[in-house]
Amino acid sequence: MEFKDYYATLGIERNATQDEVKRAYRKLARKFHPDINKSPNAEQRFKEIGEAYEVLQDIEKRAAYDKIGSNWQAGQDFKPPPNWDKGFEFQGREYTQAGASQFSDFFESLFGTRSPFTRAQTFHGQDPSFYRKGQDLHAKIVISLEDSFRGSKQTVTLQRPTVDANGHVFTSPHTLHITIPKGVTEGQRIRLEGQGGAGIGKDSNGDLYLEIVFASHPHFSADNRNIMLTLPITPWEAALGATIQVPTLGGTVELKIPPNSQTGKKMRLKGRGLSSSTVSGDQYVTLAIMTPHPANKSDRELYRKMAETMSFNPRRHLGVTS
Amino acid sequence: MKTDIQCTVFDETSAYCLKDLCRLCRVHAQFIHDLIDEGILSPQGNNPKSWRFGAVEIKRIQISIRLQEDLQVNLPGTALALDLLEEIEELRSSKSLLEQLHALEKRV
Repeated sequence: MEFKDYYATLGIERNATQDEVKRAYRKLARKFHPDINKSPNAEQRFKEIGEAYEVLQDIEKRAAYDKIGSNWQAGQDFKPPPNWDKGFEFQGREYTQAGASQFSDFFESLFGTRSPFTRAQTFHGQDPSFYRKGQDLHAKIVISLEDSFRGSKQTVTLQRPTVDANGHVFTSPHTLHITIPKGVTEGQRIRLEGQGGAGIGKDSNGDLYLEIVFASHPHFSADNRNIMLTLPITPWEAALGATIQVPTLGGTVELKIPPNSQTGKKMRLKGRGLSSSTVSGDQYVTLAIMTPHPANKSDRELYRKMAETMSFNPRRHLGVTS
Repeated sequence: MKTDIQCTVFDETSAYCLKDLCRLCRVHAQFIHDLIDEGILSPQGNNPKSWRFGAVEIKRIQISIRLQEDLQVNLPGTALALDLLEEIEELRSSKSLLEQLHALEKRV
């Protein structure tokens, strides 16, 4: 088990006042709250901050933690000394407050499990009339745009809190095979009934919410149901019009570019986006004219000839003549 | 291994009445009324009986609960945070479109 440096987690000195502990916690909790911070490790950080605060905000727990000593380094292999909590007010395993998150092994070895169920179990035991809904779990699932376009089967493994017959709470890996229908979009959520944390009583499991996140795609991006593609074209295709091939999630299709097209022109391929069974999405192609580098003398000659024969001033609206 | 899992996608066609919404999010109707009064939720329909709540509302309710429990944010603060979060989301997606265009320019 790794030693956790709770002071480092909150970014404070070991002699910080209780007010400083609280201030540091509040600031970091806002910063790393998983609803606010979208970085993938935000949730983990938020839990660590919560765990550090749970210990340091409480004078008793903080004193006990300090007693372990300041010689430990974060990550160092740790075993609590025997009877280390002697003389403090919280011997036993029923000490901590109820709360939703699971704390680290390090925390549990010192202060016992923190779980919303522990207390309920203590008071109600196995009384079948007692009912308590398990917690809802939230997780993200990363799928490709192709998965959404076609529908897909996914396998997810989650750590799920479970209560055993003696009322002890532990997390265990839980693997689910899920069929995700076609046409899900980023940020959309899927609710899996009864797949959340275990509750007490019949049909009391919480629900699992999976939020869809798209893996980044080399060419496409998604705007809700619409697939966006920036399509490079040549100046002559733009000027003269052309029929060109365009990749879509469902394969290549042909697109007719009208003459006199400009960079930024948006064209729609109807029904080629992320369509569900009831709502359809389109693909939008944004044209981007690419200027070829003149590779040799004859290319340069061609450009010069254009400059001579074509009277074109793209800056006329800016009031300049050349 | 259970394979038959009841799976609901919340999308633009989702519509829940007040009672179902409360059961789904495990909140009291009063909480929903408070969120509506604060402008956090805007259900379809004119009166509580005809109210319909969609995927966006469910997400806003759940984030509101978490912000209030985890950060002790009050109701007006929650409303402000939700609005700002949505604005950030929009900015992020337009930023990634721009980045895509820039990457393309560099390639040519």
